[in-house]
Amino acid sequence: MTLLKVEGLDCRYGLFQAVRGVSFEVAQGEIVALIGANGAGKTTLLRAIAGAHRPHAGNVTFDGEDMTRVPAHQRVARGIALVPEGRRLFPTLTVEENLRVAAAGNRRGRWNVQAVLDAFPLVQARRHMPAATLSGGEQQAVAIGRALMSNPRLLLLDEVSLGLAPVVVDAVYKFLAKVISEGATVVLVEQDLTRALRVAGRVICLLEGRVVLQGEARSLDRDRVVNAYFGLRSPSARGEPR
Amino acid sequence: MTLVNAIVQGIFLGAFYAVLACGLSIMFGVMRIINLAHGDIAVFGAYVAFVVVEHTGASAFVAFAVALPLMLVLGYILQVTVLERSLKAGVLTPLLATFGLSIVIQNLLLIAFSPDVRSLGPAAGLLTTASWHATSELSFSALGVVLLTVAIVVFGALQLFLSRTRAGWAMRATAEDADAAELVGIDSRSVYARATAIAVAIAALGGLFLAIRSVFDPISGPTQLIFAFEAVVIGGMGSLWGTLLGGIALGLAQTLGAEIQPQFAVLAGHLLFLAVLVVRFGGARLTLRVAR
Repeated sequence: MTLLKVEGLDCRYGLFQAVRGVSFEVAQGEIVALIGANGAGKTTLLRAIAGAHRPHAGNVTFDGEDMTRVPAHQRVARGIALVPEGRRLFPTLTVEENLRVAAAGNRRGRWNVQAVLDAFPLVQARRHMPAATLSGGEQQAVAIGRALMSNPRLLLLDEVSLGLAPVVVDAVYKFLAKVISEGATVVLVEQDLTRALRVAGRVICLLEGRVVLQGEARSLDRDRVVNAYFGLRSPSARGEPR
Repeated sequence: MTLVNAIVQGIFLGAFYAVLACGLSIMFGVMRIINLAHGDIAVFGAYVAFVVVEHTGASAFVAFAVALPLMLVLGYILQVTVLERSLKAGVLTPLLATFGLSIVIQNLLLIAFSPDVRSLGPAAGLLTTASWHATSELSFSALGVVLLTVAIVVFGALQLFLSRTRAGWAMRATAEDADAAELVGIDSRSVYARATAIAVAIAALGGLFLAIRSVFDPISGPTQLIFAFEAVVIGGMGSLWGTLLGGIALGLAQTLGAEIQPQFAVLAGHLLFLAVLVVRFGGARLTLRVAR
């Protein structure tokens, strides 16, 4: 069953076109990785799906309902949650307040403050500290937990490993694997290609705002992905078999 | 002992400035709007209470209780009709919009009430005149004590609201990062409208006390705005408790200044404000520019 449908999406910042006619679908329970170089339009695309960026043209359909004109906070109530790039916690609010304030959507489900804190034992001890005093990894854990507070049906993750130590990234992904195994639908942006290919069932590669390659993560070989990623000539153009 | 008395009177006066400045501080803290119509909104609130008193003969405080819901609604409407649009157009536009609003309010009040000077002092009963003389040189006016109590209750209630309630967290979250707040399901438009409603209601409370402790006319607003603005800046922009302390510091500067020379009172407040500006916002840069 198709959960998310993006059709001919066009996003602009003034005259600059960040996303150009992007279309794709995500089925319930699927894990899709958006990859691409810096400035390829990945973050803008995620923000447009979450409602934080108003697209110039095109449509976003979620669970059969047209979301294009629905503001971001109402999309959270329908079950779309974005973990934004750079974590973006509310710095003077405590960890617990950061989580509680995000429960505004009132969607019922498995996640609540206690469940999130149980899932991140490290954060548990910091529950009454302002979010600004946490380490990067702890902040990322809270940011993911905050998104889970709305019990989303679609979880959008924007560069959750950015600026974190490899050990911490492993811990974050171990937790995500647990969330994913419980049947979440996830669209994630990840710079680390190896990790993206390992986690995701399907990969969509963006280049200068366009989809240049997409397919099952297993069926794609690394060279083709790297070429698409950097916009090098495609392997087939060099005379190799497709 | 006259010095002690000056300090006590300064704290009472400062409590009045703090109440007056509270709404200005909220709007700046939550939306980064400097509301140039804040003083006029306070005076408008005083006129609403005045109308109720004129028509019913009720006490000033009962009249304010009637005015309060009206001011809350007006604040909400002001946000969704005027300020929200102006916020989208950049930093300068809300400043221009509220400046325009200030002129509109003043002229509407002039048309409706003529330039006559009014006061709600008589409608506040004994409170206006009662006082307790501790010694021949130290007195506590009933109005001063009420003002200080009201200021502490208003700031304390806001503090509780912001730190203990879900709506308060949503307001702080929106103030810190409106975009991220939207992404966790907070309706930032509605948070902004609630903030303005609260700010306008507390401005009206400031207007009520202005009207009780002295007199007001349709163009009293800008003077009150200056005192409120100074209290906010002295206390540190965007900090709520800072605004209470800033108001008291301003009140103290004025009464202590008056000890030196009665005509020096208001100027002493301005000088404190300027000193804070120079110290906090890069005195070095200021001198550099002058030197060039």
